[in-house]
Amino acid sequence: MAILDSKVPQGVPLKDKWTTYKDKINLVNPANKRLIDVIVVGTGLAGGSASATLAELGYNVKAFAYQDSPRRAHSIAAQGGINAAKNYQGDGDSFYRLFYDTVKGGDYRSREANVYRLAEVSANIIDQCVAQGVPFARDYGGLLDNRSFGGVLVSRTFYAKGQTGQQLLLGAYSAMNRQIARGKIEMFNRHEMLDIVIVDGKARGIIARNLVTGEIERHSAHAVVIASGGYGNVYFLSTNAMGSNATAAWKIHKKGAFFANPCYTQIHPTCIPRSGDYQSKLTLMSESLRNDGRIWVPKKMEDVLAIREGKLKPTQIEEEDRDYYLERRYPAFGNLVPRDVASRAAKERCDAGYGVNATGEAVYLDFKSAIERYGKEQAKIQGISNASKERITELGEKIVEAKYGNLFQMYEKIVDEDPYKTPMMIYPATHYTMGGIWVDYNLMTTIPGCYAIGEANFSDHGANRLGASALMQGLADGYFVLPYTIGDYLADDIRTGKISTDTKEFDEAEKSVRERIDFFINNKGEHSVDYYHKKLGKIMWEKCGMSRNEEGLKTAMSEIKALREDFWKNVTVPGGKDEMNPELEKAGRVADFLELGELFAKDALERNESCGGHFREESVELDGMQKGEAKRDDENYAYVAAWEYKGEPGDAVLHKEELEFKDIELKQRSYK
Amino acid sequence: MNLTLKIWRQKGPKDKGQMVDYQVSDISEHMSFLEMMDVLNEELIARGEEPVAFDHDCREGICGMCSMFINGEAHGPDRGITTCQLHMRMFKDGDTITIEPFRAKAFPVIKDLVVDRSSFDRIQHAGGYISVNTSGNTQDANALPIAKEAADKAMDAATCIGCGACVATCKNASAMLFVGAKVSQYALLPQGQVEAADRVLAMVNQMDEEGFGNCTNTGACEIECPKGISLENIARMNSEFLKASLKG
Repeated sequence: MAILDSKVPQGVPLKDKWTTYKDKINLVNPANKRLIDVIVVGTGLAGGSASATLAELGYNVKAFAYQDSPRRAHSIAAQGGINAAKNYQGDGDSFYRLFYDTVKGGDYRSREANVYRLAEVSANIIDQCVAQGVPFARDYGGLLDNRSFGGVLVSRTFYAKGQTGQQLLLGAYSAMNRQIARGKIEMFNRHEMLDIVIVDGKARGIIARNLVTGEIERHSAHAVVIASGGYGNVYFLSTNAMGSNATAAWKIHKKGAFFANPCYTQIHPTCIPRSGDYQSKLTLMSESLRNDGRIWVPKKMEDVLAIREGKLKPTQIEEEDRDYYLERRYPAFGNLVPRDVASRAAKERCDAGYGVNATGEAVYLDFKSAIERYGKEQAKIQGISNASKERITELGEKIVEAKYGNLFQMYEKIVDEDPYKTPMMIYPATHYTMGGIWVDYNLMTTIPGCYAIGEANFSDHGANRLGASALMQGLADGYFVLPYTIGDYLADDIRTGKISTDTKEFDEAEKSVRERIDFFINNKGEHSVDYYHKKLGKIMWEKCGMSRNEEGLKTAMSEIKALREDFWKNVTVPGGKDEMNPELEKAGRVADFLELGELFAKDALERNESCGGHFREESVELDGMQKGEAKRDDENYAYVAAWEYKGEPGDAVLHKEELEFKDIELKQRSYK
Repeated sequence: MNLTLKIWRQKGPKDKGQMVDYQVSDISEHMSFLEMMDVLNEELIARGEEPVAFDHDCREGICGMCSMFINGEAHGPDRGITTCQLHMRMFKDGDTITIEPFRAKAFPVIKDLVVDRSSFDRIQHAGGYISVNTSGNTQDANALPIAKEAADKAMDAATCIGCGACVATCKNASAMLFVGAKVSQYALLPQGQVEAADRVLAMVNQMDEEGFGNCTNTGACEIECPKGISLENIARMNSEFLKASLKG
């Protein structure tokens, strides 16, 4: 098990790997599929699409969601869009270019073959979703509309207003509904997986808790698919849904699945800034806003101070007194630089004292020039000569509203300011986790029969995720990759028959789940679960956030360990176990975050290079064009760090999957 | 600000339930309503009492999970928002706020403010989909041009988040706005035409079976809908239903 075999097909050109592979894998005959059960944990874009497709193929699917309905998975909150190399705009897009952008955008820390496959199936995703009735935006000729996204030079992003994730998820949900109606998916809402059951070295089932009754249940299957999303909530404050958790992924890690690149977290540049200590989560504003919004802070410190004191409004600051720092520093990409670059640049300006809100942690995202530009264009289209300034603004605002109306409304509701009239304030926040369960080309973890898809696995995005690529990976894995690869494994299981839940392996797993729950209910300590979660979040943000250094990471590891020990002594969980008990649910999740956080810091410590969303202060370009920018170290760190569980997170053992780049030359990323 | 909260407490589905008074202090106007509830719950835990169970998840107005009935209104006294987007600046110092679960026969209470909205799922199971294979062998997406207006209208209908505010606010606990939105999305798109008649009949039938009331054109649902789903969708569903019934 110590050797990581990526199972990437060898001896075939990159562009033929997936096709050749599909031609050669084992298939399960339709009659035999009826004899096979598959458990899918999580029903967002990845789990939902996988459940629907596996059921469509004929497998018996048991799908688990902690929410009351698959329709509420956090994929629903993705705003901007989904990439696909359709080249409908004729601007030079291709599979290769999407592949290239993704590998480069991920700072060359992803597996070439996986990414090429992703680019290849991306076009198919759009066809599939349109067939399901997903109402993508259209142009006046009735064809699909596209926009461009951060870090990319072509228009390949398909969207449904600012609610693309919602519509894609509802598409997957509707596909699930069809299979639920046919009886091919058995849906377990308000259920949480609390452990995996391994029989003879293979994943054969899970222990789940019914979150309404508290009942502990055993479920068996021939394979288990983990599609439980990311672990961004390890920071307490993040753009994730409150319930998003790492429990399923962490539980399989403790039973033998290697956890890869836990320190790769994406910090999203365009979130609504934090306003106070009571804050429960952060809200993201789609990155698509950067297509039309210009980011700036005042040039003069006296203006900054006057703004903070409320004596000056941003609209009163003259053009020449504004520092459009992204356009200044990165002329080729300007406001559309990748997320990590935009995030760090915002932090740099705020650290230098130019932040524009009370906490000093905000920059402006300004739509004034876009409104003017669109207004003038509209006046021309509508044949209005000598349009007044007000009329132009009005026309321009209408266009901006059509593009981003719901985002502007959301902003106004939260901040109580009208972003059409005054620039938005934004600041980076923890968003997507690129790290996750290590999987091979088949998306299988290091536990045979246990798969991980979507954000729960580590693949495809490398050290950084480009905009509009999470939805793409979730649906690619669920609709088009896993349903093939899982067949290769299940072909050996057609004679196995139903897996019994009445075995010692299920007994043991259930026993440990019950013991843990009993502990929480009976502990009666002095601090709430949130008390610990907030403390953990603070350590993570300060020492394992946008920039990290050796000393901070070492301190973080020992602080997290100490916090974890205190948690197990002093946590209190009110209520009972045989009923709905949200505090009990949280306790189990935070217990897992308290372990994962330490592994996160350990991984970050080990990776002594800056890459992707991860800026290591010791690793920075000292001179030349790129002076002050992140310095990647391909010689020593072009590998996937896969951690094997050995008891305490600090004792985890590192396994390296060396990354090969045969079709892409490793280049320094430059957005200058 | 300091507030008095009157909150519905109900231990389980079979428990009788009652309103209980709580005091909270030092509430900032910048907090969201749910953050105010978090503050209350932390205080209850510190006092050794059980926190108030309530549904919430994304806290950015899109998952449709949060569901409180505040001062007699679904999602509280502001328009076009969910409870998680409601801010305490809507209230003032000394206010008394009444907080109840969404009440409808088809939404049984599970605990405190948490209700079971799986009836919405079952309506979707009955026909809220297009019967297309998920194999990926579908035709090229641009082979099916759709007028921008139709796509935009379908998108407006599809914007429904399934929160149930329409049901909670309707004097008849009718689900017509929700079902109308779902029926409309597919009725407006060419992909949905083949099974349009079966779909509307099945979904309406399931809606009745779940125990939702009928629409009496009061229009409160449209006013309280956080996503501005319009009554036009109910009209479209009725017309689709009529067409399908006559055909049948």
